[in-house]
Amino acid sequence: MKTDIEPTSTSAGSPPQVSARSTGRAGDKIFLGLSRGSGIALLVIMAAIAGFLAYRASIAISKDEANFLTAFEWSTGSTPMRFGIAVLAYGTVVSSIIAMVIAVPIAVGIALFISHYAPRRLATPVAYVIDLLAAVPSIVYGLWGALFLVPHLTPLYTWMDKYLGWTGVLSYQGGAARSLFTVGILLAIMILPIVTSVSREVFRQVPKMHEEAALALGATRWEVVRMSVLPFGRSGIISASMLGLGRALGETMAVATVLSPSYLINVSLLDPGGGTFAQNIASHFKEANDNGRDALIASGLVLFVITLLVNGAARMIIARRKEYSGTAA
Amino acid sequence: MAKRIDISGLTAYYGSHKAIEDISMTVEPRSVTAFIGPSGCGKSTFLRTLNRMHEVTPGGRVEGKVMLDDENLYASGVDPVSVRRTVGMVFQRPNPFPTMSIFENVAAGLKLNGSYKKSELSDVVEKSLKGANLWNEVKDRLNKPGAGLSGGQQQRLCIARAIAVAPDVLLMDEPCSALDPISTLAIEDLIGELKERFTIVIVTHNMQQAARVSDRTAFFNLAGVGQPGKLIEIDETERIFSNPSVQATEDYISGRFG
Repeated sequence: MKTDIEPTSTSAGSPPQVSARSTGRAGDKIFLGLSRGSGIALLVIMAAIAGFLAYRASIAISKDEANFLTAFEWSTGSTPMRFGIAVLAYGTVVSSIIAMVIAVPIAVGIALFISHYAPRRLATPVAYVIDLLAAVPSIVYGLWGALFLVPHLTPLYTWMDKYLGWTGVLSYQGGAARSLFTVGILLAIMILPIVTSVSREVFRQVPKMHEEAALALGATRWEVVRMSVLPFGRSGIISASMLGLGRALGETMAVATVLSPSYLINVSLLDPGGGTFAQNIASHFKEANDNGRDALIASGLVLFVITLLVNGAARMIIARRKEYSGTAA
Repeated sequence: MAKRIDISGLTAYYGSHKAIEDISMTVEPRSVTAFIGPSGCGKSTFLRTLNRMHEVTPGGRVEGKVMLDDENLYASGVDPVSVRRTVGMVFQRPNPFPTMSIFENVAAGLKLNGSYKKSELSDVVEKSLKGANLWNEVKDRLNKPGAGLSGGQQQRLCIARAIAVAPDVLLMDEPCSALDPISTLAIEDLIGELKERFTIVIVTHNMQQAARVSDRTAFFNLAGVGQPGKLIEIDETERIFSNPSVQATEDYISGRFG
């Protein structure tokens, strides 16, 4: 028998130890209850929201006389309602893709500059300024976009039309540049800080020994980045991009301020028109009647599903090369 | 091509802290030179000045001359990147590139140096892995990640990676301190074979190891905390361990301090 251990570790021992242990147990139980309770509460709230949204959405969709997924129209003010999300889905996805294509390379570049190239007294202020960009309210971006960016993009779009107009996608008929492409540029600026700061943190965590391995082989600074830093930071860049994409997909006020919406899909990204889920909700929510609000909720549900799919895809990409991930070593 | 290293008046700093002071010595080609000494005596710092890795550390700075045959590594206009391509290095902890396969790890240095045909590349990889006594263990899984090997195998992979680019000198910074005795033995045997082709410098905390693998041994010491490390003496290993000319060396070797 392990008599000497018994009082402190297993069954009942002398009274003082029992009481000491029972207070410990009480703390455990309270903490367990609290954490389990908050976990369950979170799930219940999520389920309630999802249930509510799904219920209202289903009411709206059942009253929809047009095809909810493919219709190019949004008239919910009178019966019968006719509305569809095709234009919104297209606009949301396309503007976010444009934002990612512009923002991710720039953000990774800035992050690398801060973590590996810049001297320390330059790196700190640059990092600070980038973080500051994240603190600007989105309506301010929207106003800046509408008042400054839109007029100043016209020459660029005219130039693009001249050389790339033959593609159709980048043709430009003139007029205010309140297009999906402008929205993409604005979103790119808005997601730049989050993508930059997450990537920067990941790059900073690259183990010194991996960088020295490359250096000792005679790698230049860029080769060190390519051989050690980027592979190690790969999953971090993906997570950072997904955070940015999440913000781009859901951005409301800035888009609503800049875009000149329509329920048509323009082949050209530079010409005005189109819309996004969040922008559409913001533009219509106030004036909408109950039915109209249900219809907007239905569109919000689709945005929710798209966001889930995007996040799931990102997780799969990260998991697929886990064997090679730097953290496994 | 193994080359002779001639160091004269070498002093290295971390910022304003002087880590090693006025070191001069000659490292013979095709031989193993071991650096021993108490912690903080600057032997690793000194090793890292020999391939200009010291200056990678923020604040790292070097004065003096390191001649590789007749080329001064610290002459103005010498690119540290090209120095590191001729002076290879193996680190204390095995550090294969975690995202690369075994094959890619060995080929990494070659790919930096220029473009190779696939067949040439596999030849060099096979030769280097054989040179590092690792070929038989990994030949069937060259496409598996290098990080999946055992610690001792990873260290031999790092040696294969270093010798793949055919350096003149191979620096080893306590290459066995993270390994078990059997892996250590494998590395020591390997060092014995590699000295036929390379000039090898090894830093070790293990005096038996220095006695086993090296031809010449250099003893470093420092006068006190915050003082720069200095070279006390360098001689044939046999002499250092039997009849050193400086009392401090004998004290250190016989375990009276350090």
